[in-house]
Amino acid sequence: MFVGQTRTTYIAVAMFGVAYVALVLLTRNSYYQLMLTLVPVWAIMGLSWNVLSGYSGLISFGHGAFFGLGAFTTSLLLVRADITPWVGIPLGAAVGSLAGLVIGAITFRLRGHYFALAMLAYPLAMLHIFEWAGFQEVSLPMKRENAAAFMQFADQRWYALITLSLLIVTLLLCIRIERSRFGLSLLAIKQNELAAEAAGIPSLIWKLKAIAVSGALAGVAGGLYAVVLLVVTPESAFGMATSAQALIVTMFGGVGTVWGPVVGSLILIPLAELLHAQLGARIPGIQGVVYGVAIILVITKMPQGIVWALKDALAKKSQRTASTPPVTDISAPRPFVPGPEILGVNSVSCSFGGVKALRNIAISVRAGEMLGIIGPNGAGKTTLFNVMNGLVAPSKGQVRFRGLDLIGRKPSAICALGIGRTFQVSRPFLRMTVLENVIIGAFVKTTTDQEAAEAARLAIARVGLTHFEGVPASELTNYELRLMELARAYSSSPILLLLDEPFAGLATAEIESYMNLIRGFRADGMTIVIIEHTMQAMVKLVDHFVVLDQGAVIAYGPPAEVVRKPQVVKAYLGDKWVANAQSQ
Amino acid sequence: MMGLLPSFETILQSIAAGLLVGCTYGLMCVALGLIFGVMRLINFAQGEFLMLGMYFVMSVVTIFGFGSLIGPIPAILVAIVASVPVFFVIGSILHWAMLGRIGAGQNLTEGEVHQAQLIMTLGLSLLLANGTLIVFGSTPVSLDTPLASQAWTLDPFGHGDILVFLNKGRVVAGVVAVIATAALYFLLHSTDTGRRLRAAADNPVAATYMGIDVARSYRVTFGMGFGLTALAGVMVATFYPFQPYVGLDFIITMYAGVVLGGLGSVMGSFWGGLIIGLVQQISSLVLPLQLQGTTVFIVFLIILLIRPQGLFGRNVERA
Repeated sequence: MFVGQTRTTYIAVAMFGVAYVALVLLTRNSYYQLMLTLVPVWAIMGLSWNVLSGYSGLISFGHGAFFGLGAFTTSLLLVRADITPWVGIPLGAAVGSLAGLVIGAITFRLRGHYFALAMLAYPLAMLHIFEWAGFQEVSLPMKRENAAAFMQFADQRWYALITLSLLIVTLLLCIRIERSRFGLSLLAIKQNELAAEAAGIPSLIWKLKAIAVSGALAGVAGGLYAVVLLVVTPESAFGMATSAQALIVTMFGGVGTVWGPVVGSLILIPLAELLHAQLGARIPGIQGVVYGVAIILVITKMPQGIVWALKDALAKKSQRTASTPPVTDISAPRPFVPGPEILGVNSVSCSFGGVKALRNIAISVRAGEMLGIIGPNGAGKTTLFNVMNGLVAPSKGQVRFRGLDLIGRKPSAICALGIGRTFQVSRPFLRMTVLENVIIGAFVKTTTDQEAAEAARLAIARVGLTHFEGVPASELTNYELRLMELARAYSSSPILLLLDEPFAGLATAEIESYMNLIRGFRADGMTIVIIEHTMQAMVKLVDHFVVLDQGAVIAYGPPAEVVRKPQVVKAYLGDKWVANAQSQ
Repeated sequence: MMGLLPSFETILQSIAAGLLVGCTYGLMCVALGLIFGVMRLINFAQGEFLMLGMYFVMSVVTIFGFGSLIGPIPAILVAIVASVPVFFVIGSILHWAMLGRIGAGQNLTEGEVHQAQLIMTLGLSLLLANGTLIVFGSTPVSLDTPLASQAWTLDPFGHGDILVFLNKGRVVAGVVAVIATAALYFLLHSTDTGRRLRAAADNPVAATYMGIDVARSYRVTFGMGFGLTALAGVMVATFYPFQPYVGLDFIITMYAGVVLGGLGSVMGSFWGGLIIGLVQQISSLVLPLQLQGTTVFIVFLIILLIRPQGLFGRNVERA
């Protein structure tokens, strides 16, 4: 998606445009013309919703707020100030965008269901406020002279062509977004916001950009709606049905893909209108019943919408043979020459409620070192990493990286300073290719998408996954996923790399080649800290061990020394083994 | 004209009305709390479930002359008792046939399943509202029971100069709501079924390992949520006129109450609903009619932003 295929997509957009124009020009019936006008309006609305909710995963139930502001801006400017919709619609987009920024700044601190529900409140509050302010019904005046300058046409087909061209512009914009660091960063946030932050993606900034674009697009849709229907009421502009329609066309068509809202609108809007016209008069309500049943049936069969179901059906199962783990040849590791301290953890304590996860930790990591942090489950290892890269603020203590205080910095800012990390549970983007997955890590150190792709390719080659560059992550084995994650962290060219249990679930041969890879990184001058709870593999790998137990450092030193210390044996095996270990 | 400030009597009257309406809201929120708070399913058809309860009591009272045979008040009592089991069964079947099927055999993440369920409930909401429109028409209905038009008079200070009127329909609705909530609390906390439901909600994976049929627990929870929502609908119908789209009037109230109480805390949802009822009634003293609806949304937003885990919920988000 990120690279290549763009050409095909633009051709598809062009073909869609031509076919639609032909359809519009051939349509004589004014009722069908109206339908052809409304399909692009709702498709734009769906795309607007998709830019925010489809990519970032923050479901908005309140897109009616932006739609309504666009509709009222456009119509009130015409009614009160005689300003043409040619100007009014762009202004409506600006108002929608601004409202998006304000609402986003307030609401983005919420996550998941809480965000979704909070969004519901905005348009409904606006509905009441507009009713109270006396805008129960705003009708757009007919302009007899110079009608075209006021976006008024005798021939209905003009409206369809105008909404279509705005839809095409929106589609192109959304394709640009989907294939740039904008869209990929939002997808990373959707998958796991904390991991995205740790990979150097400033999540709040991207979310604000997304809601600003989304609000503008919904404002355009609202403005068009006002121009086409000539009457705006608070209910039609801000009501639940408007917000729901954006979700319905997108989810029906396919979330997180530019064609989803278009396909959804193409099917559902004519369906609803036809049902309304054909059956609505005879049996009021039948159109809603059929519409509801259609949604239920399609979602039962295709829970992710039509476009994804088609994509999955068309995707050829790529023929791949079982791969052998890539082997990197590393000559005998250099002896460790301790450099100056680059990371200093100073009397850090951290508690969650009553649980003391870390107690007065002091650790010094030296440049070029390979440090192992070991300890039983629940010893506080991952919490220590979370403190190091800014995911968790310690209750007290300092963390300094190359002379800079890290406390209070965001994970994405810390990543930009040169600390990369992997997570215990890897959460790849299964539908995206290996290259797209890795590129997310490369954004932080590059300015153009081209450079990011190059950095990602280098990282992929480094871990030996070049053959899999274009393969979706869903087809990788556990080991290949681990390598991909390592490549993502590597692509940000970190100075200090934090690896959280990289060997979990790997076979012995895989552990060997993974260890060779990181030995290679170290040979290039990278400093590496590894968390593991098993010691065997680590003994051969690291220069020093830090042993944690119950949140405190209980031992530090070269592997051979540390494994014999009584307190370490005790923490791992219990009291009765201490004597055994001593006698050997 | 009494000036800008409402009289003491009006304030008392509003508080009383707020408490009564709030108890009924509390029951609605408890019911939604089971579906949304416990199963984490955003159910857009919740308002329609409430609406079905309203048409249920109307049918019991009017169809086949049942109401005129035994009198409207016994007929309402029959509806109160029957609504929970009837809609429990309907809800369980709905969950088994529709919502529980999503993702079966397909490799979907939890989020994707929730998304699909969400749009499915949107479809269900359209289906139910419009289906009711076909069957019962769009004319607003009000149950002309003696309850809705009569009031008990309280004389809190014994002087007779300050009187508080309690609408009988609202009083009965409030009492039934409190009883139903207490019964649910007992069921959840003192029976094995209840413990299984709570375990399945708290940690579905661990519950599976303990031999709990999580799919069945969800079905039962959804059924109970539907049954109690319908009961709340029966009670609201005794004092509130309704039409097939009436669900929209209540859906925000319900979600606001649940969030206010805290997701996952069933009793918290009751207090949440009660507070929303009070806020709504008291705001009617100072705000113009059109802005009264806004207060609920604004309170809702403020709560979400200041304390998203709700008044009685725990903050369990972890890095």
